[in-house]
Amino acid sequence: MPTVGVKRDLLFKALGKTYTDEEFDELCFEFGLELDEITSEREIISREQGDSKASGASDVILYKIDVPANRYDLLCLEGLVRGLQVFKNKLEAPRYRRVSPVSGEPQKLFITKETAAVRPHAVAAVLRNITFTQERYDSFIELQDKLHQNICRKRSLVAIGTHDLDTISGPFTYTAKPPGDISFKPLNQTKEYTATQLMSLYKTDSHLKHYLHIIEDKPVYPIIYDSNGVVLSMPPIINGDHSKITLKTKNVFVECTATDLTKAKIVLDMMVTMFSEYCSQPFTVEEAEVVYPDGKTCKYPVLYSLQPSCAVESTEKIAQLLTKMCLRSQATGVGDEIEVEIPPTRSDVIHACDIMEDAAMAYGFNNVPHTTPRTYTVANQFPLNKLTELLRQDLAAAGFTEALNFALCSEEDVADKLGKKISETRAVHISNPKTAEFQVARTTLLPGLLKTIASNRKMPLPLKLFEISDVVLKDETKDVGARNSRRFCAVYYNKSPGFEVIHGLLDRTMELLEVKSARVDGYHIQAAEDSTFFPGRCAEIFARGKSVGRLGVLHPDVINRFELTMPCSALEMDIEPFL
Amino acid sequence: MADAGVAETLLRRIEKADGGVDSLEVASSLGVDHQVVVGAVKSLQALGDLISAEQRSSKRWELSEEGTEIAEQGSHEARVFGSIPLDGLAQSELMVDSIQDQVREKLVLVQKGSSSQLEEKDRNELKKRKLLSEVTVKSYWITKGSSFSTTITKQETELTPDMIANGSWKEKKFKPYNFEAMGVAPDCGHLHPLMKVRTQFRQIFLEMGFTEMPTNNFIESSFWNFDSLFQPQQHPARDAHDTFFLSDPALAHEFPQDYLERVKKVHSEGGFGSQGYKYDWKIEEAQKNILRTHTTAVSARMLYKLAQQKFTPVKYFSIDRVFRNETLDATHLAEFHQIEGVVADYGLTLGDLIGILHQFFTKLGITKLRFKPAYNPYTEPSMEVFSYHEGLQKWVEVGNSGVFRPEMLLPMGLPEDVSVIAWGLSLERPTMIKYGINNIRELVGHKVNLQMVYDSPMCRLES
Repeated sequence: MPTVGVKRDLLFKALGKTYTDEEFDELCFEFGLELDEITSEREIISREQGDSKASGASDVILYKIDVPANRYDLLCLEGLVRGLQVFKNKLEAPRYRRVSPVSGEPQKLFITKETAAVRPHAVAAVLRNITFTQERYDSFIELQDKLHQNICRKRSLVAIGTHDLDTISGPFTYTAKPPGDISFKPLNQTKEYTATQLMSLYKTDSHLKHYLHIIEDKPVYPIIYDSNGVVLSMPPIINGDHSKITLKTKNVFVECTATDLTKAKIVLDMMVTMFSEYCSQPFTVEEAEVVYPDGKTCKYPVLYSLQPSCAVESTEKIAQLLTKMCLRSQATGVGDEIEVEIPPTRSDVIHACDIMEDAAMAYGFNNVPHTTPRTYTVANQFPLNKLTELLRQDLAAAGFTEALNFALCSEEDVADKLGKKISETRAVHISNPKTAEFQVARTTLLPGLLKTIASNRKMPLPLKLFEISDVVLKDETKDVGARNSRRFCAVYYNKSPGFEVIHGLLDRTMELLEVKSARVDGYHIQAAEDSTFFPGRCAEIFARGKSVGRLGVLHPDVINRFELTMPCSALEMDIEPFL
Repeated sequence: MADAGVAETLLRRIEKADGGVDSLEVASSLGVDHQVVVGAVKSLQALGDLISAEQRSSKRWELSEEGTEIAEQGSHEARVFGSIPLDGLAQSELMVDSIQDQVREKLVLVQKGSSSQLEEKDRNELKKRKLLSEVTVKSYWITKGSSFSTTITKQETELTPDMIANGSWKEKKFKPYNFEAMGVAPDCGHLHPLMKVRTQFRQIFLEMGFTEMPTNNFIESSFWNFDSLFQPQQHPARDAHDTFFLSDPALAHEFPQDYLERVKKVHSEGGFGSQGYKYDWKIEEAQKNILRTHTTAVSARMLYKLAQQKFTPVKYFSIDRVFRNETLDATHLAEFHQIEGVVADYGLTLGDLIGILHQFFTKLGITKLRFKPAYNPYTEPSMEVFSYHEGLQKWVEVGNSGVFRPEMLLPMGLPEDVSVIAWGLSLERPTMIKYGINNIRELVGHKVNLQMVYDSPMCRLES
């Protein structure tokens, strides 16, 4: 969930009302936002870098507001205020318009075919006669950053460039060139660099280094020029210094380059709808024309809007509610239909159900009357879980205490430490573990129980533990190539090995499962060799002719590897055959 | 039992005494250690109301080790003097002929128990020299009890089979029990607290008529975990830093083909009344095997299965493990248990979801609920469930809920007028609150504190 930081007093000024923290929190709750934190720049710096660094920082109160991940229109002060004002019926939802330039000819952006190899899409638009102040400018930069981090997926899907249009002259060309052939003065630098030099320069830049991988290995890098060969930007890394926006900028050229065209259109819509508020003709955006390598043209921004209609009860009421959510609506008069106009700011609306949600939010989730579904059903337990529940109760009654261990562990836990090879275990392997604790899914419950004993060595002996849970094994016959297997494992840890105790527990378990002690149609154990167990002290458990598990006295090497000091006997078996 | 002789002597003294005796005096007159008399008092007290003893404390001066030595052998100075031979050293002639060992005399007074004869300044002087110290002495003032007698009847500790057989219990006196002491802990096993809470949640769902889903498949394909839920392939939850991917077996190899085509279409082009996400949907992404990030993957499989038959309304639940490749802290682990409830029926509404959430949470003893609009890729509307925490005096999030999107349900083949409502929460959080555990590692995993498991009460959620 993205978090937006806004200055409290600025927010209240824009909302035309001063709230207490509690009142504002309540408003956020209704609107689906969360007032996450009340802080200040000084507080943030002092927390992150220490008090000494914070001495000069501002004490202005900041609200950190959590915004739903699909509401890109609430990622800046302008959008938040607009949304809340309309919600509180204090403002009419604006209609955004795309207009032709007064001069007649729109700005043009030519895309060359070379871009196909690296970043094939581009869209553009112009904000005409805009007035920046320091605060508006900061918000403008901040929104680009928020969009880059969220919908743009750290610039990999879309990258935004904004330019002072009066410093450059169209038509513009979006092309791709080998890095050695690109040279320009990047934003906030004093000299020209080639693209190759830039990539090594930014290797140490704490902010930009995260984006280098997007194009680093490509044979050509994306680049945008104006008609005089001035570099606007090298997306998705850096803009040129020449066209940078200042507080004095009057006309802004916005370009978005992308690997995902749908998202590029949405991002461009967000940028221009949010800041067109400050144009001399508010909420208008001057179109730009994109010319594709094949000569086709397309005008942007799309200001993508939908006009779906949906059938509802009490059309008038619903239409009013939707209008509160920036969705202008009216009853069509045809049956119970209403027509809804979805502005470009609401890219999250893709289905009639999204509109219904907004109606419900405007009505207030907490005002919706409770009803009870009349769905008549008879409950059933999952048979394996039912068996597990019953067995757990009786194993505790037999004097064993239940442990609960992780399903993920290290390769060492299920292999080396038990005297086995990892290749024999049929373990599934995780490709991206952050630590060794998450290398594989466990194939046996035994290591978890032994580790539980190791962390509880101060407890009085004997320790008698059990666990009934799932292990995971590779299985070609399953659609995903692996399956769970429900196991029962128990250990007895004391000054003497207590094989008879574990054996007694097996007998008791079989009694509970109504399996008699008999070679045919019953259960029996027979001597087996297993590197986990002490030689001659291991037996295999057979039930109704099938091997279901093993029990025995653990090998001293195993005991040592789990940092234990006493003899230990153990039992592990499948319980699925007893369903 | 203390020396029976002392006890009997003590009783005789009490009988003769007027008003009572002091244990210290008895000890000194009998020439025994005070502790022996105290022992006799205790054992007489245990026999009922034979005597009554009131504890008193007094202060007394005692000699230190060095003081005792001086009392016996004389002060250091006196000993030096004494050790000089009679024909002595020349210098001795310059000194006094005889000495009076006052230090020794004073200490002997204290030793005899007559410290009151010393002047306070002398006492303080000797105390400073660490020859004396003041100690508090506890003694008893002993008087006759309500059933005073000078003879002691031996009391039995326990009833025996013999006494029952021969009836001798009728004549015997029994030693009273100490009801202040703890009993002996029973020898038994214990269930894990998290599992006890799980049992209760299962019970609640079963009481409400919900059928348990088979969630015994930790490994899931991205298709069922994400794509079938209309979660786009660029969604951040599908990143390697949020989800555990598998290297072996890396890919799932079997999908219901026509359903997969419908899922692909609704993502990339839209349909079923939706605009879709309009991106290039790739089977390669859907095939990637992961450790499931939610049990909703199983709900998706169950709803798909349901859609392949003639539709009948269902209520499903599950409680099982899910996995997140997240940063770990005191309340977050890489795996936790998700509780999930799902209802599929014709014409279910948001009011039904709110109603059923109230019923469910009431069974947990939570009655004050409110709902916050939220975002979730596969539910619309989505509501976070908050409950009022009386202890913290604020609203806290207790779960998530929503109505499954048509883009998820319709490609499965469910009838258009069927709605599916669902909610979920974690099992660990209510358990930590219930059992007052702050660090999740003390609850789940091998670092568990077994004493906590042994001591944990049963799980009654309504209270």
